[in-house]
Amino acid sequence: MSHTRHVGLPRWLFGPALLAGVFVVLPVASMTTRIAWSDFPSLVTSEAARSALLLSLRTSTASTLLCLLLGIPLATVLARSEARWLGVLRSLVLLPLVLPPVVGGIALLSTFGRQGLLGGHLETLGIKIAFTSIAVVLAQTFVSLPFLVVSLEGALRTAGERYDVVAASLGARPTTVLRRVTLPLVLPGLASGAVLAFARSLGEFGATITFAGSLEGTTRTLPLLIYNLRVTDADAAVAMSLVLVAVAVLVIGLVRPRGAL
Amino acid sequence: MKQGPMKKNRLRLSATAAALLLALPLAACGDDGDSGSGDNGNGGGTETLTVFAAASLTKTFEELEKQFEDAHEGVDVKLSFGGSSDLVAQITEGADADVFASADTANMDKLVAADLAEGEPAEFATNTLMIAVPPGNPAGITNLADLTEKDVNLVLCQPEVPCGSASLKVAEAAGLTFQPVSEEQSVTDVLAKVSSGEADAGLVYVTDVTAAGDTVEGIDFPEAADVVNHYPIVAVKGSEHADLAKEWLDLVLGDGQQVFKEAGFGAPGA
Repeated sequence: MSHTRHVGLPRWLFGPALLAGVFVVLPVASMTTRIAWSDFPSLVTSEAARSALLLSLRTSTASTLLCLLLGIPLATVLARSEARWLGVLRSLVLLPLVLPPVVGGIALLSTFGRQGLLGGHLETLGIKIAFTSIAVVLAQTFVSLPFLVVSLEGALRTAGERYDVVAASLGARPTTVLRRVTLPLVLPGLASGAVLAFARSLGEFGATITFAGSLEGTTRTLPLLIYNLRVTDADAAVAMSLVLVAVAVLVIGLVRPRGAL
Repeated sequence: MKQGPMKKNRLRLSATAAALLLALPLAACGDDGDSGSGDNGNGGGTETLTVFAAASLTKTFEELEKQFEDAHEGVDVKLSFGGSSDLVAQITEGADADVFASADTANMDKLVAADLAEGEPAEFATNTLMIAVPPGNPAGITNLADLTEKDVNLVLCQPEVPCGSASLKVAEAAGLTFQPVSEEQSVTDVLAKVSSGEADAGLVYVTDVTAAGDTVEGIDFPEAADVVNHYPIVAVKGSEHADLAKEWLDLVLGDGQQVFKEAGFGAPGA
């Protein structure tokens, strides 16, 4: 509060700024008024709640790893390569950001579903995706990948290529440059991208319920459980929502995203 | 954070103003939702009757909406369909409903317990379960026991919604244990999984199979007769259109019965 600036901010800015803050914080804070705190421990430690939270953490971790595996190469290529068609690819990769999640679910169904483009072949190979936890991870990866790619690409562009060039001129091979120079330089951007992807995976609902279904312990993640509970046990739904908020705040607190997102 | 009373008041004022500002654009799009095809939406003497009904009543109630609006000049019926438990939750949260039609008695009892029912709920139809399979029946399902086969992807409604509790009762009556691959929130979600071929079979109502046309095939099974589902309807307490609500009930319990019969529903009291 006592922080002084040399350039004064226009005073009228504070009204809308406050409005924006209230708009985000008030609804979340309101949830705490809807809950009997004495029941809170028993509500969030029920069997269904525990298995949903564990499943959410497991699948979100898996999809974050998958995002790293797929996203690091993609972001590097997008940031460093000069090829023309990459502009198109960049726009396409961002699609899941703007697609309604349920559309993402339908898209995944038509690809990996039993009647889908690849699903039938995979099933003959003995790889079952429909209604398994794998489907959950695929759904989460689909919606979270753009977050990682965008943050990492931004970081790579900001970092520039000077050090890479120096390393290469000293005889380092491209792979060595990538491993020892390029990626270590953008580690903060990579970390924040991974955290964003994890948080987005944790909240994934629409694509999951459309593509993976809802079964306790297998595909019923925390958001799906909340969706079920909201009609049968509203108190438990609010309690689980607060757990999800707490986890999300914890995750966002780990790294404050800068730049692109 | 020490603040003088002046500052506090100003803060509170800003917060109120903020809330008002936020509400403004929302209020602008509040009361023009007209699902019917009639465009007398902003006529001077339009009265709106809001009916909350279980998803399985979609086709029949849309039919009755036409009849009702033809018989009542200047009345606009608004239908809201969803899972019965969902709808009860919305009404107890203060949603504006004049009439509630449930797909089972359990959810109607919830509304009565919340003291939101005007008078006694009346039964207007019954329904039984049926196995739904994708066109061509790829898994070769013939009876209820086939649903317990290991490699059959069975999708059910979750136990809390009417079709789900009915499915559990049917399994119990037949001495079977189902191992569904997914428990969905509503009949429509189960049908979506079946008609797309993701699931090999699902348990839904006879009327749902009828309404789904040729997107799914239905298979009768004898145990279905053990679990009959009763559909009650009631006017919601505190409705501003009590007279209209009563007339809607009269239609559903009287002349409208033919519509339910054609859709495959059983008669009330069956």
